[in-house]
Amino acid sequence: MIELQDINRNFPVGEETVHALRDINLHIDAGEYISIMGPSGSGKSTLLNILGLLDRPDSGEYRFNGRAVNSLDEEQQARMRREHIGFVFQFFHLIPRLSAAENVALPLTLAGVEPKIRNQKTEAAMTALGIADRARHRPDQLSGGQRQRVAIARAMITKPQLILADEPTGNLDRAYGEDVADALEGLNRQGITLIVVTHDPLLGDRAQRRIQMEDGRIVADRAGENEQLSKHV
Amino acid sequence: MIKPANTFRYALRALTSHRSRTLLMLLAMAIGVGAVVILTALGEGARLYVLNQFSALGSHMVIILPGHSETKGAAPPLLGQTPRDLTIDDALALYQSHAIRRVAPLVVGAAPVSWQAREREVTIMGTTTAMQEVRELTLARGKFITTDDPHRGEAVAVIGHKLRQELFGNRQALGEWLRIGEYRFRVVGELAQQGQTLGADISDIVIIPVASAQALFNTESLFRILIQAKGRDSIPQAVTAAERIITERHEGKNDITVITQDSILSTFDRIFTALTMAVGGIAAISLAVAGILIMNVMLVAISQRTAEIGLLKALGAPGLEITVLFLAEAGLLSLSSGLAGLLVGTAGSYLLDRAFTDFSVSAPLWASAGGLSVALLTGLVLGYLPARRAARLDPVEALTGRR
Repeated sequence: MIELQDINRNFPVGEETVHALRDINLHIDAGEYISIMGPSGSGKSTLLNILGLLDRPDSGEYRFNGRAVNSLDEEQQARMRREHIGFVFQFFHLIPRLSAAENVALPLTLAGVEPKIRNQKTEAAMTALGIADRARHRPDQLSGGQRQRVAIARAMITKPQLILADEPTGNLDRAYGEDVADALEGLNRQGITLIVVTHDPLLGDRAQRRIQMEDGRIVADRAGENEQLSKHV
Repeated sequence: MIKPANTFRYALRALTSHRSRTLLMLLAMAIGVGAVVILTALGEGARLYVLNQFSALGSHMVIILPGHSETKGAAPPLLGQTPRDLTIDDALALYQSHAIRRVAPLVVGAAPVSWQAREREVTIMGTTTAMQEVRELTLARGKFITTDDPHRGEAVAVIGHKLRQELFGNRQALGEWLRIGEYRFRVVGELAQQGQTLGADISDIVIIPVASAQALFNTESLFRILIQAKGRDSIPQAVTAAERIITERHEGKNDITVITQDSILSTFDRIFTALTMAVGGIAAISLAVAGILIMNVMLVAISQRTAEIGLLKALGAPGLEITVLFLAEAGLLSLSSGLAGLLVGTAGSYLLDRAFTDFSVSAPLWASAGGLSVALLTGLVLGYLPARRAARLDPVEALTGRR
């Protein structure tokens, strides 16, 4: 599903250039559950941003479902995000003045989906994540774990092929973190490709495939030793 | 693409979540629109007041002035070739026209008027009997001056109401002798209280025969000739006839200006409309200022909501949609404040209207509609730039607040 070839990304920092990504080559099949780990500054967030079409590589090729995406313009990339990709962020990024349900429904509202269908899907998504009873609450009335689950519901409501999670438990304590990890894995079991960037080894080790990054390069790419890779067909 | 109703709700929610900021902006623009409405209402009221006053002057009236001016209704030129004097005979000649019912020659000046020990500097109006009808004057006591032969001036006078009070108090005025300049005149009549017309106080005045006034002021020429046409429809004929007759008498020179009440009315109409527009225009400047305020606030709001914008981009909202969302906020703000201003302005005009009884204060439709449209347009035009800025933010920068 995803093919990265010789991806490079550099940032000017003051007078120097930081090589955030160096010659990244990566192949990801649909339905995989991948974690990307590494020390801060290793380039894992940058990689995630490029995978999510939020950022463009300086060189190299990115193919999504066989299609070269780095040549697409801003509008076309937005469309790909809209149709195929969902995001979960460390700091949740919920809109504070909207209720939980309105936050979950946001992608559908932006797409102009009919209110009836929109409400149905919102309720289904929130129920699946066990937060249906919090529908009318504002984000500031929810716990960290609940907020993240709202964000996850939002990410999955458009039935994306790919979900990218950047430090999803980074802002949560252990108990909530477990809930969130379970919720994400539940989505993966439905066939959604899941890529999680994290510095928490306990979260990272849950993934079937673990990629280690250092200094802009992939230094390790291991599949689970004790379990078979199970690709969803 | 997002539905309009949802765009509206999104914008509305964004505005209500920052109540005090939104209210201040609302206030700024509402003041602008309100000012436009009230000021144009006052201007319009002044215009109607003046027009009404002029209508009270006496209908079917035509005025002849010495000196020709290009545009009817304007003042005769102070410089330029010396026009021939208008004479009493010129005035009498106008009776040749069937369209003209009455002619009243007019000489005006100021002179000291005294009786016994009291003296006042007063306006003296020299005219004929016809003036009473032409100006629709009513007498409280006595009779109007009679001028069987306008060329001969009797020593009779009619005094205005206020002058009568000032000179005679409660005493009998009829039959008394006034001293005007070097001459003496006997009071034969007193004007009733006419009320003010155009601020000209016809109550502080002395009316004497035209020939007497000419002697008093040592002049052969007339200040004006007032004509009363037979009827409203006769006015154009009266105008042409007057021009023809006088031009003939003045050796073919059309050195007079003929003013009809209509031309006066239309001049004042133009003046006051221009005044009202100018005043309204100045008030509209405050609208532009308010629009700039909105732009500024939108820029600030956007810089505070970069994470939200980053989220919208991550969700794949097209740039156009983001622009529309923020533009809708600016538009909603300016529309609601325009309406608020309209409300305040209309209410204010209503109160002023009640306060001034014979002065109607009501904003013309073009001013209210114009003010509202300018408010809306300003908000949208000046809100566009910040909205586009939002759409152009880099998603990663917006989300993380840094690279």
